[in-house]
Amino acid sequence: MEYLYLLATLLFVFGIKRLTSIRTCSQGNRLSELGMLVAIIAALLISDSINWTVIIAGVVFGGGVGLFLAKRTPTTQMPELVAALNGFGGVASALVAIGSVLTDDNLSKDGASIFDSGIVPAIATPIAIMIGMVTLTGSFIAYGKLSGKKLTHPFSGGARHVSHAVLGLGAIAVSVWMVTTQSSGQLITAMILLSSLSAVLGVFLVMPIGGADMPVVVSLLNSYSGVAGAFAGFVIGSPLLIVVGAMVGAAGLILTQIMCKAMNRSLSNVLLGGMGGDEAVAEDARDYKSIKQAGPEEIAMVLDGAASVVFVPGYGLAVAQAQHVVRELADLLIARDVQVRFAIHPVAGRMPGHMNVLLAESDVPYDLLWEMERINGDFKNTDVAIIVGANDVVNPAAREPTGPIAGMPILDVDHAATVVVIKRSLSPGYAGIKNPLFDNDNTLMVFSDAKEALEGMVREVKDL
Amino acid sequence: MDFYFLMIFIFVIAALLGFELITKVPPTLHTPLMSGSNAISGITIVGAIMAAKADQTVLAQIIAFLAVSLAMINVIGGYMVTDRMLGSFKKKGKK
Repeated sequence: MEYLYLLATLLFVFGIKRLTSIRTCSQGNRLSELGMLVAIIAALLISDSINWTVIIAGVVFGGGVGLFLAKRTPTTQMPELVAALNGFGGVASALVAIGSVLTDDNLSKDGASIFDSGIVPAIATPIAIMIGMVTLTGSFIAYGKLSGKKLTHPFSGGARHVSHAVLGLGAIAVSVWMVTTQSSGQLITAMILLSSLSAVLGVFLVMPIGGADMPVVVSLLNSYSGVAGAFAGFVIGSPLLIVVGAMVGAAGLILTQIMCKAMNRSLSNVLLGGMGGDEAVAEDARDYKSIKQAGPEEIAMVLDGAASVVFVPGYGLAVAQAQHVVRELADLLIARDVQVRFAIHPVAGRMPGHMNVLLAESDVPYDLLWEMERINGDFKNTDVAIIVGANDVVNPAAREPTGPIAGMPILDVDHAATVVVIKRSLSPGYAGIKNPLFDNDNTLMVFSDAKEALEGMVREVKDL
Repeated sequence: MDFYFLMIFIFVIAALLGFELITKVPPTLHTPLMSGSNAISGITIVGAIMAAKADQTVLAQIIAFLAVSLAMINVIGGYMVTDRMLGSFKKKGKK
């Protein structure tokens, strides 16, 4: 029966591998789902003592909630949902470690400490609890930030680092107490204390990180929940959890690095916070000098003379659910023999690949989606670049040697003959800084919700 | 060989395997991959099932119930969301 665990592990390995290529990704997810099913059946077959009431109640309740969340969440809120799901997974690992201690016959009476069972469980138990709880609260802070809530750290400057150090050292001290105490009462108190300290630490660690960096944080926390699972595996002595947790943890870390690289920032730079964080100063309309405003009719006239148009989608497209209407406009232009492309910045939206998912939903052909490196040289041959709800990823301020987004690769939309920016207001993007692009002579601003503006343009283009 | 030594051994090898699995990923797949691997981290459901032993204290049963439920939310939610994301690619592929 134990060999079913090996089968599940292999299914996960091939599943992840296949998830990394467009052609095989659906199949990859199927393999991984099958792996999970095999693992769960194997666990039920192998476990020598099963509390069916608890398991059936948990599976029905958890499965129902998961089903509801996955069915009901709109595409725009998927990043938030992934963050929340990840938090649940992390805390489940912490609870597995706690539950394993509580069901240990030696530990449930006085006279034995966790340390007596060996150095490995003595190290793994507190780590599983810590990482699991940090993942839980960190993910929910990320969830809040992704849904646009302003959350600020209670401490600033040096006091902030001191607060993190105090919490971290406190958690380590409690961990030592937890694994050495021989009193079962103290053991429970220590576990509660450790969970609480770690929960607060998770909140504090994610608080100062800017909203623009949340995708990286979610990816990192995703890696954490894998690691928490691996340590829970050490606690209960399950090679399956160790292997799968370590693999997911490592894969998550690599993905996090890929994402940081796309923003030309280092992980430590992201984690120390700053960009779009609570310290960034938001500027407003007064900072702009020569804004040129336009309506859908004028844009339609500009489009009338264009031979090549590039759409640059951003989070605003997702918020306004404008992915279908942008495709309608693209189709109209294609019918008029205009070359239409979509420029996809690697971190546009709230998660890497967010725009691809959204545009795929409205059936925009894959070959119209151009990645940043591929299209950047082409903007000088582009007649009209239409920016739909994007800001920081087209901000020329990134080319300056200093500033919050200095060095971040951007789409060179300002090289296009005419730049159309559809945006609700002049408010800054997630990075919280001014965008000099809006002041350019060849930039036309359409102040509107992305969907309304595009619908207007569709009507006007039809009338041409 | 010591049982724990073997576990640390496979932990290290599995981590290296994880690093090697993800090398080139097209940006399109970053989000589904994140979501898909998030669902896999719900593997802790196996640990939760192991922890839900019969004849335990009420506290231990509550903890086990929470562990099973939360891990299950992660598994079901994670896989279904990933399927939804990938479904939109598939539809396009057929055209």
